[in-house]
Amino acid sequence: MSGVVFFLVAILAVASALGLVLRRNPIHGALFLVVNLGCVAVMYLLLGAEFLALAQVIIYAGAIMVLFVFAIMVLIPGKEETGPDPLRLQRLLALPLGALLLVEIALILQSSVFTAAPHPGVQPGYAAGAGGIQSVGRLLLRDYLLPFEVTSVLLLAALVGVLALAKRKAG
Amino acid sequence: MSAALVPLAPLLLVAATAGLLIVLDLLPPREGKGHLGVVALAGVVAALAGALTLWGREGRAFGGMLLLDNFAVFLDVVICYAAALVLLLSMDYLRRNGMESGEYYILVLLATLGMMLMAQAADLIVIFLALELMSLSLYVLAGLFRGRLTSAESSMKYFLLGAFATGFFVYGIALIYGATGTTALDRIAAASGGLQRDPLLLIGFGLLLVGFGFKISSVPFHMWVPDVYEGAPTSVTALIATGSKAAGFAALLRVLFSTFKVAQPDWALLLWVVAVLTMTLGNVIAIAQSNLKRMLAYSSIAHVGYMLVGVVAGGALGAGGVLFYLLMYTFTTVGAFGAILLLERGRQEAVELDDYAGLAARHPLLALTLALFLLSLVGMPPTAGFAGKFYVFGAAIRSGYIWLAVIAVLNSAVAAYYYLRVVVYMYMREAEGVPTRPAPSFAGRLALGVALWGVFQLGLMPAPVLDLAQAAVAPLLR
Amino acid sequence: MEYVTILMVFGIALLVGGAMIGLPTLLAPRRATAVKAEPFECGKDLLALPEGRFAIKFSTVAIFFIIFDIEVMLIFPWAVQVRPLGWPGYLAMLVFLGILMLGFLYMWKKGGLEWD
Repeated sequence: MSGVVFFLVAILAVASALGLVLRRNPIHGALFLVVNLGCVAVMYLLLGAEFLALAQVIIYAGAIMVLFVFAIMVLIPGKEETGPDPLRLQRLLALPLGALLLVEIALILQSSVFTAAPHPGVQPGYAAGAGGIQSVGRLLLRDYLLPFEVTSVLLLAALVGVLALAKRKAG
Repeated sequence: MSAALVPLAPLLLVAATAGLLIVLDLLPPREGKGHLGVVALAGVVAALAGALTLWGREGRAFGGMLLLDNFAVFLDVVICYAAALVLLLSMDYLRRNGMESGEYYILVLLATLGMMLMAQAADLIVIFLALELMSLSLYVLAGLFRGRLTSAESSMKYFLLGAFATGFFVYGIALIYGATGTTALDRIAAASGGLQRDPLLLIGFGLLLVGFGFKISSVPFHMWVPDVYEGAPTSVTALIATGSKAAGFAALLRVLFSTFKVAQPDWALLLWVVAVLTMTLGNVIAIAQSNLKRMLAYSSIAHVGYMLVGVVAGGALGAGGVLFYLLMYTFTTVGAFGAILLLERGRQEAVELDDYAGLAARHPLLALTLALFLLSLVGMPPTAGFAGKFYVFGAAIRSGYIWLAVIAVLNSAVAAYYYLRVVVYMYMREAEGVPTRPAPSFAGRLALGVALWGVFQLGLMPAPVLDLAQAAVAPLLR
Repeated sequence: MEYVTILMVFGIALLVGGAMIGLPTLLAPRRATAVKAEPFECGKDLLALPEGRFAIKFSTVAIFFIIFDIEVMLIFPWAVQVRPLGWPGYLAMLVFLGILMLGFLYMWKKGGLEWD
């Protein structure tokens, strides 16, 4: 059952990612990205990472995408990218580099996941129950208390930063 | 409870001061935020003093995620010196440029908090968050002169490339977690003993090095440095060049020496190449610069190369030498940027080489000060720069890296050309056009005075500080 | 399969959304007039097409939204574990929210929420 769901969602994820890259209209690209992020959220669910799925939907598919759309509207409202590609050379370079990355990923999978003795961090069930919201709550407020509090300082810095950069002349 | 908070004392002081600034900034007066600078400075100096009293103590907090050892204390001190000097320089500089705001001081303190957190972090997650706290604040600070296009460009480039580097860093953390099942540095060290040459761990480690390489601006992750250093407000440039570099080296040294000790032969070889590339490229390109901020940017790349020589050499001598070098580099670089920041031509900051022609005749004291900082960057005795280079290169020779030391010395000789060219301009050329003059700023002069004191204190009596630096790296090398 | 409920929610959402779009096309009469073809069917005449740049304040609001969105999301894990975490957890949350409320106060007083 979950295997079927996985492949359905995976195909949709790849298709929407391709749509994001290939469409020239930035708004269409952003909408494809929403679909892609939603697919990834479903995959998190399939892995039992419920909190991550929640975060994916609320933060990424929700808030970040709103910002993306705003940014697109601020910069290039309704315009498609046209004209010659200024990054043609780099795009050619992307192919071998992407291939290299693929080889690296294959190497990692071969050496650490598809072996008789997988590494602890990639074993299925290593983090059993850790993805549920209850266990995330326990981890976040006990073991990872310092990162949790630092996160709020980080958000504070972001707030002050936004105010500093977007401030009107008079303020 | 209170005993558990002791390792946190310097961090808490800076954080509390930042909170206080936020409240104070909301209170009147609406214009004129100079008093906030004074409060921020008091907080940083208190943190500096607090860190000094913690020397020799060991402690952990938050389940071992945060630690206090001599290494952390030493780097806390370096970072606090950098922040305090930058705050001193900022006060009048901001007012002169009409950019005085409470946000500036708050962000400087938050960046400082992030840097100190990096020095005290014992977990990759904490290092990552601290790195982000520091970087985010610095991205904004770099773009604070909103009216200037170069400032916006600086902020934008720093942010885009920095965010990209952060992506590498997080990916590295994820792979390391995959290989070892933990993000705590000491447990990774324990687990990596049985994972020699494991691809997952090695690739994760490599990605981590990419992230660090960006933050300390080593080749080939240095592309952002000249534009960011040139465009950012000069006081922010000084903070990026000193504080963020010290923080980057703090976490890097801890990860290299205590976590990936087993891989030392591998990463030493890698960093050997990086060090040579970094110092050579930095020095060669610096020769062609006519803008002083840009020249110092390339020079700062070169100095990272020298510091990496110490990292490659390793041991108490090499790693301790790097700490000494960081402290000396902080004083020297803040001083050099501070002198540039104080000089203006008309209403403009004087950053072009021509602006410095004939400076010695009209303002002998300031010209002499700048010349001394530049000589320290060259590595002339009796300045601190000489002692720093002497220890780091000496450590390389002691560890058998003769060629590396030779290349570094040759590089220093090349570097002398472009530093001394500024001195020649100041002392042997005639001024043209509107005269360059120093802005009347007591705080700025005080900062230069402290930096000069540091340069000579470390230059004339380096041994006690070197002993401290070597004691500081002892916990890493155990 | 405890996620079936989520799937059902998605299914119902799709159904309702689809019905809202689909039913009118099937049932409603279509009589196009010049007025209906205008970009805005009601309200004022349009002044200009939305070309050119939008003001930065839109983005500012969006960023504030993200920041507080993240904050809210981090409250969930605590909220479902209030009792097991007890007072230490409560204190930790208080610090977390306190820092953010300081930021909120700053933003408010600095006029970050004012539109003009």
